[in-house]
Amino acid sequence: MTHFYQTGTFAVGNRLLDEDAASVQADPARANSITKGHRACQGCGEALGARYALDAALRASGGQLIAANATGCLEVFSTPFPESSWRLPWIHSLFANAPAVATGIAAALRAQGRTDIRVVGQGGDGGTVDIGLACLSGMFERGDDVLYICYDNEAYMNTGVQRSAATPPAARTATTEPLGTHPGNAFGQGKNLPLIAMAHELPYVATATVAELRDLERKVERAMQLHGARYLHVLVPCPLGWGSATADTINIARLAKESGLFPVFEAEDGRVVRVSPIRRQVPVEDYLRRQKRYAHLFAGAGRPDVIAQLQASADRNIARFGLLADGGEEPAERDIGLLDVLATSERGAQ
Amino acid sequence: MSAPGAPGHAPDAPGHAPHVPGQARPAPGEHPERPFAITLDVGSSLANRTGAWRTERPQYVRRLPPCNNACPAGEDIQRWLYEGESGGEGYERAWRVLVRENPFPAVMGRICYHPCETECNRCQLDEAVGINSVERFLGDEAIARGWQLPAPGPASGRRVLVVGAGPSGLSAAYHLALRGHHVTVKDAAAEPGGMMRYGIPAYRLPRAVLDAEIARILALGVELRCGERVEDLQGELRAGHHDAAFLAVGAHVARNVEIPGGTAAHIVDAIGLLHGLAEGERPQLGRRVVVYGGGDTALDAARSARRLTGAEPVIVYRRTRERMPAHLEELEQAQEEGIAFRWLSTIVAAGEGPQHDAAGSEHGADGAGEPSSDAGEPDGGPAATLRIERMRLDEQGMPQPTGEYEQLDADSVILALGQSSDLSLLGELPGVCVEDGVVAVDERMMTGHPGVFAGGDMTPGERMAAVAIGHGRRAARCVDGWLRGVAVEPPPRGELAGFDALNTWYYADAPRTVRPLLEDVRRQSTFEEVVKGLGEDSALFEARRCLSCGNCFACDNCYGVCPDNAVLKPGPPGEAYAIDLDFCKGCGMCAAECPCGAIEMIPEEI
Repeated sequence: MTHFYQTGTFAVGNRLLDEDAASVQADPARANSITKGHRACQGCGEALGARYALDAALRASGGQLIAANATGCLEVFSTPFPESSWRLPWIHSLFANAPAVATGIAAALRAQGRTDIRVVGQGGDGGTVDIGLACLSGMFERGDDVLYICYDNEAYMNTGVQRSAATPPAARTATTEPLGTHPGNAFGQGKNLPLIAMAHELPYVATATVAELRDLERKVERAMQLHGARYLHVLVPCPLGWGSATADTINIARLAKESGLFPVFEAEDGRVVRVSPIRRQVPVEDYLRRQKRYAHLFAGAGRPDVIAQLQASADRNIARFGLLADGGEEPAERDIGLLDVLATSERGAQ
Repeated sequence: MSAPGAPGHAPDAPGHAPHVPGQARPAPGEHPERPFAITLDVGSSLANRTGAWRTERPQYVRRLPPCNNACPAGEDIQRWLYEGESGGEGYERAWRVLVRENPFPAVMGRICYHPCETECNRCQLDEAVGINSVERFLGDEAIARGWQLPAPGPASGRRVLVVGAGPSGLSAAYHLALRGHHVTVKDAAAEPGGMMRYGIPAYRLPRAVLDAEIARILALGVELRCGERVEDLQGELRAGHHDAAFLAVGAHVARNVEIPGGTAAHIVDAIGLLHGLAEGERPQLGRRVVVYGGGDTALDAARSARRLTGAEPVIVYRRTRERMPAHLEELEQAQEEGIAFRWLSTIVAAGEGPQHDAAGSEHGADGAGEPSSDAGEPDGGPAATLRIERMRLDEQGMPQPTGEYEQLDADSVILALGQSSDLSLLGELPGVCVEDGVVAVDERMMTGHPGVFAGGDMTPGERMAAVAIGHGRRAARCVDGWLRGVAVEPPPRGELAGFDALNTWYYADAPRTVRPLLEDVRRQSTFEEVVKGLGEDSALFEARRCLSCGNCFACDNCYGVCPDNAVLKPGPPGEAYAIDLDFCKGCGMCAAECPCGAIEMIPEEI
């Protein structure tokens, strides 16, 4: 057995792995696209997710990469005047226009014949799902040669944890306080941007979390092999906004995936082609209990009815994406059309 | 990225974007009044030392893996598995780590009951790591490749007598020789090895393996005197000018019980039988062999009888299978070989067979054959019929008689009811305290007589080879300290790395590779080794299943998961990481995501 390693592909690296089998993050000479000294909170999932994704994209592009960033946590904590944490060409313009700025950069490069330089647009869920959605949809529709990455922490965090269209049902935010029988953020609202992206029939749409580094790196690499508009949606837990322990960020991302609440999949040309199967299934309660934004579901007599609703939505995800079918460790091949997914989906389910 | 013309930068300064064809450069001397946009220097956030936020800091620790904690020989199992995982030259490094404690890897890789595997944290994930198999593989590699033990230290001029060339005595001799002492080992038997040679059958431990590992110890300059029983320790110490002694005479005297009427059957004791086998005897036991007892020696005797007679022996034991002191693995192998068991049974009497005096119906062989002085008449009836009483367990689990009797035919009865030590060599040695047939020793393994140490089966504790080897090692360290007049502190143990310390998400599922067994038929008639070694691939696979509990195995997780790039890799792959405390915010993610619990968070003084 020559290909078995103690930790399989789950750990970041392994002293026994060949260099070409190691993750980008294991490389002592990795790019560190976003370097230390940034002002993200302790245990920030977004700072981690951005480094994972951009380091992988830098490797895939041979270091020839430009990033356009929407307003949001990532922009605020990385570039407080006069400092910048970025070690790649990076531009921030407005909250709503990051996809359009990225489009413009890609167009300029095309005009100059610079096919070697690639473009990434990125932002949080607010800049992507709400404020920048028109520009993003335009970028998708035109098929501009941009990989757009959304770091989803499920609310507007740097302005004080206000609800976004990516905030999940029943979560407490500053604008969705659980009062009386109201469970926090309402059920049946919100937008599922990966599915919206799929509806644009993009060559590549994928979801990922900071808990599965190698899966994330593989998806970035795959996206960078393709041209046209591509979309990557990364779940990045936020200790501040979710009310979780700073050391628990990766664990919570893992539980989101293992409970089925956050399906991890890849879609090509509007069809789901691969999913990351659940490896150690957990009830949604295991995920919810670790976050104070759901504390109201467990206070006093608790809200078993709401928890059951959330469990039902996880179960629906498991059924519609086939997250349990293989139970293996490798991504499982699938062929699921968007309409199949929508047929079993509730409007706005996250 | 700094735009051309950014304040404070020449347009073509290093680190700036290359000049793009088709774009006009600013003319020399041209300074735009204000930049197109605010630009910031690359990576300038390094000026912001976020380490000041921290209330806790991560610290790399080494915790005590449960295997190491359980190993009676005191091996650093985790460490040698770590070295072995590399394969290739890693095997020799692994073996060298192993023999720092135990000079008998090939032997113990066969006969150890591996309490390390019982405690292995991997049991709670899938199955224990096959530590014992890997140990055997390394031991066999060492013999095949001729690896030699480390050279002894400079001669101390001190002389130590070791009595008994079993696992304990030879282990002590090895560790004393490494410390430069002159060691003389005396043993009453014709060949060295003690119970490894005279108690353990060849199908479990081939003699060539034992001989090879003993020869390696003797090559260090240890003087071995076999066939010399030490009768008078005090006289021996004086005559040999020895400065200290380590006693490890073992427990070779069979404990017997009186079986009324027992002259009818051929009654032998198990330890004598095994000793004779080791010396090449092939005793006639007849076809109906009954073994009385429930320990490992009973199984060794029964399995040997199986091979000698070609028939299936019966083990009679007074308690249940669950309460049998023998190790489960041996028990299972015995059952596979066709050994039968009578649980909850004692032998109360033996009579000429078939028996006439017992209550209950008479049955058994046709006609009453003449009792034979030697068992094993191929065609006759049984030499004796045993009267067996059924037992029941009381609330304390102790067997109690029931008054119900059965009969069992027997040509031979092998008694395996335990062993005791022959302590006659102690004579009137002042200060030595003998309790329950064993010699009391302190935490240094020293008897009540200064300079006389003891270990192995003649001292209290579990009687197994690994324990004996551990005694020898500990005694050698303490003898050395005693000779040099310094107190020897036991090495620090460290905090135990329990299963809760692990983040098992990162370990791939990988069930255990089971060592191939000799096919059943050959096991019934030959003394060929039953359990075969793992091939290299499987041994490597097993080694890599180690979770490395409590000790960093360089998986790069901490390096990868830090949101602040505050974990550094200063050395080559596999070397230690460092925390950049100027930037570490103390989030604790590295500790939480460390697979093996080798990082702990400690509070900062604020």
